[in-house]
Amino acid sequence: MATAHQRTLARFMVAPSVVLLLLWMIVPLAMTLWFSFQRYNLLMPGMEEFIGLSNYRYFLTDPGFWTALTNTLLMVAGILLISVVGGVGLAMLIDQPIFGQGIVRLLVLAPFFVMPTVSALIWKNMFMNPENGLFASLARAVGAQPIDFLGQYPLLSIIVIVAWQWLPFATLILLTSLQSLDSEQVEAAEMDGASAWARFTHLTLPHMSRAITVVILIETIFLLSVFAEILVTTNGGPGYQSTNLTYLVYSQALLQFDVGGASAGGIVAVDPRQHRGALPDAPDRQDAGLRGRTWHAAFPIRANGSSPSSPGRRPC
Amino acid sequence: MGRITLENVRKAFGDVEVIPGVDLTIEDGEFAVFVGPSGCGKSTLLRLIAGLEDVTSGRILIDGQDVTAAPPARRRLAMVFQSYALYPHMSVRKNIAFPLKMAKMPEAEQQRRVAKAARILNLDSYLDRRPGQLSGGQRQRVAIGRAIVREPEAFLFDEPLSNLDAALRVNMRVEISQLHNNLKTTMVYVTHDQVEAMTMADKIVVLRAGRVEQVGSPLALYNKPANKFVAGFIGSPNMNFIDGEAAARHGAHSIGVRPEHWRLSTTEGAFAGQVGVAEHLGSDTFLHVDLDGGAHVIARASGEFPVSHGDRIWLTPQDDRVYRFDKQGLAA
Repeated sequence: MATAHQRTLARFMVAPSVVLLLLWMIVPLAMTLWFSFQRYNLLMPGMEEFIGLSNYRYFLTDPGFWTALTNTLLMVAGILLISVVGGVGLAMLIDQPIFGQGIVRLLVLAPFFVMPTVSALIWKNMFMNPENGLFASLARAVGAQPIDFLGQYPLLSIIVIVAWQWLPFATLILLTSLQSLDSEQVEAAEMDGASAWARFTHLTLPHMSRAITVVILIETIFLLSVFAEILVTTNGGPGYQSTNLTYLVYSQALLQFDVGGASAGGIVAVDPRQHRGALPDAPDRQDAGLRGRTWHAAFPIRANGSSPSSPGRRPC
Repeated sequence: MGRITLENVRKAFGDVEVIPGVDLTIEDGEFAVFVGPSGCGKSTLLRLIAGLEDVTSGRILIDGQDVTAAPPARRRLAMVFQSYALYPHMSVRKNIAFPLKMAKMPEAEQQRRVAKAARILNLDSYLDRRPGQLSGGQRQRVAIGRAIVREPEAFLFDEPLSNLDAALRVNMRVEISQLHNNLKTTMVYVTHDQVEAMTMADKIVVLRAGRVEQVGSPLALYNKPANKFVAGFIGSPNMNFIDGEAAARHGAHSIGVRPEHWRLSTTEGAFAGQVGVAEHLGSDTFLHVDLDGGAHVIARASGEFPVSHGDRIWLTPQDDRVYRFDKQGLAA
């Protein structure tokens, strides 16, 4: 885009999509904001009125709120930990020249193509079921008492299920980054007397740091709104043990029919994500290009498509 | 001390034999240059010495010690790569100190050696920059710095100047030669550029298809090439070869005359021809001449030789400067 003329033209060309995206964002956000200040319960039609911040007060003092917030953060942190550490390990493994490399890589990526509901159901019924799940059979085979994973460790189970789905994504991004590592640098380090571990910590990890950041950012955005896996497996229970913010908003709107409260919850849940989203450009201006792009590509869709505010929007 | 000996070293990648068997000795303190066209196996040979590739058979000795199976770090060699292979996330200081850190050297000694290398290579003011902020020549210097701090037995250079522009290449060539004079450490240098080979080497090893064609000092190779390949490769512009009857007159299958060994005349001589392109370099003029027999030769004339395109010209080789080759291309 060299000349002023070209720049003007470019602006006109991108304008339609920008306007469309903006409307796509602004309209639902505005409606959610509007509902969050209303008494709006589907069980009491015709009683809608402006009630100020009451919805927010009720949502924030809800006995489930703090549990849900903690669960959300634990879930994100746990899944990130598993998928980044596991992803680095897997990426390094399948970067080795082995027979059937293409098939192995395809298999590693497979979980990413399975729908969240389906994979959660598979885990629930085929692996974690205390009667006829695989884990139960294994436990019985060694004479141990089968564990009811979803009943006893609901949050951990969901973390495992979602981590299983996201591991391929992390592996894919990290593998790409690993493959771009200059082999002469590795050889230079070898000549410099660096052990395999030293080469990993001094060369491979720093080289992958950018890719790891990308993985963390993208996954965080998606993981803050984990929903299907909870709905299919534990329904947020027992009690609030596996309820996250998204699920709490859903239960407000569609189980208690409180659209106003759910909207307030949606706004509350959107807020921390805005902060997360603002992070990526700050640490290193140089690669704002890459990071900014992935973030902008992912964020608007998630924040407004199937974000916490969407269950709240659904009744209207 | 760094005396490197290769004993019947072979290297094959699968079925492809890149080095069919090389015997070579590089004396301590020598500047040896491996030169040859691309794909001749010179880089592979260097990587075998470095330990970055395993030999298929044969032995590599450094100071009489068999290092054939030793990992690269144990061979006490330092290498400068074509891409420099600097660690991009580390400052220049950390890059240079990296081998010392890996050797668990005390911090103070590390700093002392880094400072010394930086002084030798004029890097003092760049120590806290990242490689990405340096120019090509500076990166090259950092790569050399990283090699010299280890005080290795020998330096290996893998086409280190090929990413630099022409002017810088000449500078770095001189600097590396000077470095060799100061350190007196064995250096093995790989290049496809015969000018680099001629100007820097104590000993040139000419390679073709993994075979050593000739080993010798630059002038020995220039004056007494063992075969047609070496004769054609060493010297710039390339030697002119003339086959057939004219060669038979000299009792050879083929004769070679270097462009600088023609006597030129506009009236008489051994070979007559027509001037094609004349390249005026100021100090010299290179004349591309189409001889009447059909051969195409290059002749060097002094800066102001008064001919132009299409003129008739006569060339006579200096008698003691005619190289004779037999049917197999060997010097007769």
